[in-house]
Amino acid sequence: MDMTMTSAQTGPAAPGAELRDKITVKNLDFYYGASKALKSVSLPLKLSRVTAFIGPSGCGKSTLLRVLNRMYDLYPGQRAEGEVLMDGENLLDPRLDLNLLRSRIGMVFQKPTPFPMSIYDNIAFGVRLYEKLPKSEMDGRVEAALKRAALWGEAKDKLKTSGLGLSGGQQQRLCIARTVAIEPEVILFDEPTSALDPIATAKIEELIDELSGDYTIAIVTHSMQQAARVSHFTAFMYLGEMIEYDDTKKVFTAPHDKRTQDYITGRFG
Amino acid sequence: MANALYAGRRARNGLWAAFCYAATAFGLAWLALILGALLWKGVGGLSIDVFTKMTAPPGVRGGLLNSIVGSLIQTAIGLALAAPIGVLAGTYLAEYGRHTRLATVIRFINDILLSAPSIVIGLFVYQFCVVPFGHFSGLAGGVALAVIATPIIVRTTEDMLGLVPNTLREAASALGMPRSLVIRNVAYRAVMSGLVTGVLLAIARMTGETAPLIFTALGNSLFNADVTQPMSSLPLIIYEFARSPYAEQQKLAWTGALIVTAAVLTLSILARLLAAPKRGR
Repeated sequence: MDMTMTSAQTGPAAPGAELRDKITVKNLDFYYGASKALKSVSLPLKLSRVTAFIGPSGCGKSTLLRVLNRMYDLYPGQRAEGEVLMDGENLLDPRLDLNLLRSRIGMVFQKPTPFPMSIYDNIAFGVRLYEKLPKSEMDGRVEAALKRAALWGEAKDKLKTSGLGLSGGQQQRLCIARTVAIEPEVILFDEPTSALDPIATAKIEELIDELSGDYTIAIVTHSMQQAARVSHFTAFMYLGEMIEYDDTKKVFTAPHDKRTQDYITGRFG
Repeated sequence: MANALYAGRRARNGLWAAFCYAATAFGLAWLALILGALLWKGVGGLSIDVFTKMTAPPGVRGGLLNSIVGSLIQTAIGLALAAPIGVLAGTYLAEYGRHTRLATVIRFINDILLSAPSIVIGLFVYQFCVVPFGHFSGLAGGVALAVIATPIIVRTTEDMLGLVPNTLREAASALGMPRSLVIRNVAYRAVMSGLVTGVLLAIARMTGETAPLIFTALGNSLFNADVTQPMSSLPLIIYEFARSPYAEQQKLAWTGALIVTAAVLTLSILARLLAAPKRGR
C-alpha cells in the first residue's frame, strides 16, 4: 500500500498534528476487577486514517479497542477511568446511550460472526434498528453495503440463503458489510484476519485500505506486516502501557523506544 | 509387533469391550421386551372403537376416546403454562442472571424440582387447586403436569442459550442492538431447534405421567371437555383398567399403553431429529 502521509515529513511536531482527531484517548486506566490492564494510555485516532495497535499478547491492545465502543460494559466488574473523547464528547460518560454509541462506532471481530439468518437479513437487521426504510431503499442499502465489502459479486444470487453457508473470508466480509450498512463514523477491527487464510486476508486488508477514506479506523493486529501494510499510524503497547505512537513508517523504521525496536525486530513477542 | 505386553493389552481391551457390549445389550433387551409386549398385547385391541367410544363398564364394548381427549387437553394446559414460564426463566438464568446469587439459588431449586417425586407434586397441587374448589378437575391435572414440565424447559432453555457463543452476542451489541433484541433475534434464533427439543421432551414427559393426575384430575368414565370437572386421561385409565379383573378392560389398558408409548416415542425421535443437525456444526 502506498503510504502517502503528509505528516511523516513534518519535522518535530506531533505526528499527524495537522489532521483532526476523531477520537482522543486521555490517561485511560482500565480494570478487570482488581487487575489493571491499561495504565494511563493516551493517543489520538486521526479522522479518516487507519491506526494500528500492536504489541505482544496480553499487552492491552484488544482491551483498548473494547473501551472505544464500551463493549466492556456487557460484563460486570470491568471498568474504565480517564477520558475518551469523540468529537469532544466523553464516551465514558455513564449516562451515554450505549446502543446509540455503538451505532456510531462499528466493530468487526476476530472470528466471523454472521447472525443465524439470511445474508440479506444479516445486513438489513442492523439498519432496521435505527431507520425505517421502504423495501426498495433497503434493497439498495444492502446492495451498496455488499459492494462496499466486495461481496456483492459472490452473494448477489444467494441473498436469501443463510449467512452461515459462506466461507470464513466471505463471512468476515459480510460482517464488514453489516457494519458499514449502518453508516458508522468509526470502525474497530479486532484481529479481523487471524482466523483467515492469506488470500482472504489480502482481500480484507484491501478493503480496510479502501474504507479508510470514509471512516476512522482502528485495527488490532498480531501481524506487524499487516500493521505496516494497512495503517497510517501505529501504537505499540506493552504490559498495559502505550510505549510509542507515531507514523507507521517511523515506528517500523526508526522507533524511539528500545522496547518497540525489540518487538518489531522479533526479539520478543 | 506382537510382543507379550501388547498381546496382554489387546486381550484386556477385548474383555472390557465385551463387558460394554453385554451391558448395552442387557439394557436394550428390556426396552425391546417392553416394546414387544406392548405391541403383542396392544395391537390386538386397536380398532376404530378405541378412538370413537368412551370407556365403558365391564361387559359393554368401549373405547378410550374420553381418555385420549382428556390427555390432550391436560397436556395442552400443562404446555401453555410451562412453556412460557420455562423459556422465560431459562432466559433469565442464561442471559441476565448468569453470575448472580439469585440465579444460583433458582438453578438449585430448579434441579430439586426436576427430580422431585411426581406424587409429591400431585399432592401439592391437590392442596392448592383441588381442596379450595371442593372437587377434582382437569385444570388441576394440567397445573400438576405444568409443575413437572417447567423445570425441564427451564433447564434445556438455559443449557441451549449457554451454547450461544459470547462473540455472537457481542457482535449484535456492537451494531447498537438492545439486549432484548439480541436475545430474541440472535440468541433464540441460533438455538431454536434446541429450544423446541426441550419443549418436545417436556410434552413427552407430561404425556406419560400418572401419579400427579390421581390427586388432581381423578379420572372420568364419561366424555368431558370441561376443565373444571374431573377428567380422564390415558395413564389414569391404564392404571385403572390394568388392575381390573375383566379381560376386555385389561386389553384396553394394553392398547392405551401402546398409544401413550407411541406418542412419547414419536416426540422423542422428533426431538432428536430437530437437535441433530445443529450439533454437527
